[in-house]
Parts: sequence; C-alpha cells; structure tokens
Amino acid sequence: MNFQAVKSIYIFEMARFFRTLMQSFISPVISTSLYFVVFGTAIGSRIQEVEGVGYGAFIVPGLIMLSVMTQATSNASFGIYFPKFIGTIYELLSAPVSFLEITIGYVGAAATKAMFIGLVILGTSFLFVDITIQHPIAMFAFLTLTCLSFSLLGFIIGIWAGNFEQLQLIPLLIITPLVFLGGSFYSVSMLPPVWQTITMFNPVVYLISGFRWSFFGTADVPIGLSLFAIALFTALCVGVIAWIFKTGWRIRQ
Amino acid sequence: MTNIVEVSNLTKRYDGGFEALSSVDLSIEQGEIIALLGPNGAGKTTLISTICGITRSTSGEVKIGGHDNVTDFRAARALVGLVPQEINLEPFEKVINTVKFSRGLFGKAPNDAYLEKILRSLSLWDKKDSKVMMLSGGMKRRVLIAKALAHEPRILFLDEPTAGVDVELRKDMWDVVAKLKEDGVTIILTTHYIEEAEAIADRIGIIAKGEILLVEDKDHLMKRMGKKSLKVELAEPATEIPEELADYNLSLDAGNLVYTYDTTTDRTGITSLLGDLQKAGFRMTDLQTQQSSLEEIFVSLVADKEGVA
Repeated sequence: MNFQAVKSIYIFEMARFFRTLMQSFISPVISTSLYFVVFGTAIGSRIQEVEGVGYGAFIVPGLIMLSVMTQATSNASFGIYFPKFIGTIYELLSAPVSFLEITIGYVGAAATKAMFIGLVILGTSFLFVDITIQHPIAMFAFLTLTCLSFSLLGFIIGIWAGNFEQLQLIPLLIITPLVFLGGSFYSVSMLPPVWQTITMFNPVVYLISGFRWSFFGTADVPIGLSLFAIALFTALCVGVIAWIFKTGWRIRQ
Repeated sequence: MTNIVEVSNLTKRYDGGFEALSSVDLSIEQGEIIALLGPNGAGKTTLISTICGITRSTSGEVKIGGHDNVTDFRAARALVGLVPQEINLEPFEKVINTVKFSRGLFGKAPNDAYLEKILRSLSLWDKKDSKVMMLSGGMKRRVLIAKALAHEPRILFLDEPTAGVDVELRKDMWDVVAKLKEDGVTIILTTHYIEEAEAIADRIGIIAKGEILLVEDKDHLMKRMGKKSLKVELAEPATEIPEELADYNLSLDAGNLVYTYDTTTDRTGITSLLGDLQKAGFRMTDLQTQQSSLEEIFVSLVADKEGVA
C-alpha cells in the first residue's frame, strides 16, 4: 500500500476545495437559509407537527442529506473527471499506485468536502430552529457513510462521463429527484398507501429515514434496514469500481 | 552493460483493430541515451505508453529493472519518470504543489531540498509559487520534466520533449539530459528532430509502422549507413562524364564531378580515380568530401519500409 500516494492525492484534491472555499461555504449556507425561510417559516408555520416534531426541525436531516448527496456526487465525479479531461491522468496511470489508493485518495477527499458542507448546514440550521440530536454517534455514522457511498457513486460517474454534460446528467436526472421524493421534506407515512409502496423502492428513503431517526428517534423504516441499505449501496459501488480498474474501462486502453 | 528495460515481442492492437506495435523487441542499456526516431503515427508514443503502464499490451512482455511491468508494476513503475508529449498540467495549481504531488504519488517522502535542486536546475525556482496557467509553453514543459524527476527515477522517458520549443530552451534541455546521464539516469527520448538524436543520443532506434527497423550505436550507424561523396571541382567544367572514367560511380554537379563511395570497404577507389583524372588531362581546382547525415539515412530507411508496406 502506497500511503504516501493516498496522502498526496488527498491533499491535492483538498487544495482544490480550499481554493474555492468561499463558494464551497457560502452556497450551502445561502441555499439552506432559503429553504428555512420558504419551507420552515412561510409554509411550515401552517403545517402541523410531523411525528411530534416541528416542521422546521423535521426538514433539517433531509436538507443536510440533500446537500451532502449532491455535493459528494459532484465533487467526486469532478475530481476524477478533471484529470481525464486535462490529460493529467497519465501520471496516475504510470505511478506505482493501485486502484485502491487512487479511490481512497479521491473518494476520501470528496467525502471530506461533503461532510464539511453537511456540518455547515447543520450549524446554519441551529440559527433557525431548535433541534436536539438524540443519537449523535449514529448521526455521524450515517453522515459519514452517506458521504462515502455517494462519493463512490460520483467517482464511478466521473470515470464513465465522456463530457461535462454527462457529468451533470446523473446528479440532475437521478439523484436530485430521488432525494426530493425520498422524504426529505415529508414523512413517508403522509403519502397515500400506493405511493408508500412505490417509495420503498427508492434507496434514498432508507438513508434519510435512518438519518432522521438519529435526530428525533422516529423513522419511516426500521433503523437496521437503513443500515443494511447503505451498506449494500456502498458495497455495490466498491464492486463496480474494482471492476472498472480491473478491466481498465474508460481509463486504460 | 546490463539492460534496464527489456521489451520482448510487444504487440499493441487498439480496440478498433489498428495495430500500433507489431512484435517489438527492444533492449535499453543502463545509463545510455537512446533516441527513438520515427514519423508521425509510427508508434513511438504507444511504445512509451505501454512500457510506462498507460496502455495495456495485447501480447508480449516488458521488464523494467528486472520487474515485470504488469505483475510487479509497483517496483517497475517506481523506477520510471515520464514526460508526456502533450502539456498535461493542472492549470490552477502552483508549480511547487504539482511537483510535490508527483513525488508523493510515487511513494516518496517529502524532500524539499531535492525538489529545490530540480526546480533550480530547470530554472523554475523563481516560478515555484506561480500558477501553472500563468507560465509560457516552454516553462510548462519544464514543469513536466520537474514532475517526472520529482521521485528520483532511474529511467526517464521523454516523449518529444522539444516539440514546439525555441532553440535556446532546446539547448537547455539537452544540457539537463546530459547532466542526468552523468548522474546515471537512463534516458529514452522520442523525437522528430534528427539533429537532436545526432546531438545527444548514444544509440538510435528507428521505428516506422509499429516496427523497430533498427537499433544501433549512433556513430556506428552513421558509419555503416553513411555514404561519402567526393566532389572534384574542375578548372574547365565538364559537360558529360568522360568515357575513360565510366567505370567509376560518378555524377555531374554544375560542371563538377561527384564521386560517391562506401567508407566501409577497404578500397575507396579515391587514389585511382584521382590518378585517372590526371591521366585524362583534367585540371582540378578543389576537392570536397561530404558524409550523409542521419536525416538522409532515416529518410531512406523509412521510405523503404513505407514503400514495401
């Protein structure tokens, strides 16, 4: 294991993040504040409590998940797509590193950035609503796993993408709808029975439900199932990445 | 001499069916500078990319320092630095950071003193905190070399290092290469510029259509392949080749006689030619000899290959 290489990739990728720190920091803060103003204050004041939690507080875990998932995916996909695009990937391919080191470096950096943004949003939300986190350790565990698994997904997208449009396509067409329809802003139990069943096929439901449980102790699906779902998703992504590097798909001719 | 790079029977066929390398064999000796010459699309870059692990071979084997470049890729690649043909650099990053990144990627612990030495030798030290995008084309090429040297490689591949580089910088690069050779680094460079190969290489390989046509010691190659010509300037210009000299390989050049001969034979025929000229009553004003350059050798070899194919 070439730890020095993992460290180098990680530091190099984080430098990209720090170069654009203001953008990285301000945009989640502003968008979160907007969500709170619109959903929490304007609309939320007319909505009753959901599962015993005020609506403004109820949407906090969903908001964090929404940002974390999209940020993790886009950071990781851009991180590996950019070297492909500008040609610096030659260096990764000719260096004494295996897929494991490349993946840990890029995915680790993308997950760190997403984690940072998630925590910024959590901090911002304290300004607007009263929340107590009932299971802080579980909260961190869910947040970390979500950052990691969606960074892995982003990494796959970055390798697959042949141009910048494709890079945006999956986050826009798949991830955002799944997150919006995955109970970010409502409880699944508020839906008609048919839609409840359909929603259960949305993997994001399990993540948001588990994450919300760590805040409020209530969940749409059992917590064990949530953990199983996220573990399965992570394993799937790791499997795909291992296959990519084994075959050299879209990387090594 | 031990061979530090051993390429045997290497074939590379791309997915489209194009065969970029056909059963290439190449041995590179430790500490030498070998220049690979070839026209565009000859397979020079594919050969380098396959040795360095950027592309996979279809069949055949590459050993670097005795390590197989697939099964023992860590040990093999750790020895190699690569300067690619295209200027592939992260535009928004500082020079020093891209060089540090390269060193770390190859598993080497940070060594600021060594990196300073490299950057100074390439006249990049003043620019270490500049963003790559702010540098000129020639400077960017130096950054590529600095990156390739950052992990103290024993073998350096330079893929057309002086393409699009001005004369002064080209000479600077030759100095850098000469310095590396002194330090015992083996250098493999591909080039379009025959004068470059002539100036710095110990051995020359000629590659065309995915095959290595020959690899030879530069001086030996030029001697073996080199034809010499003797130009005899006459006081009274000749209009045709004199009959009594018909046995010699003569041609006319603006009224002067040009004798082409082979330097490798024991008898060049110069003595008898000059004697016969005198006997025939020609008055000579000057004599010039000329040796064919590597360029002519190269062009004739490649033309033969392309004519056959």
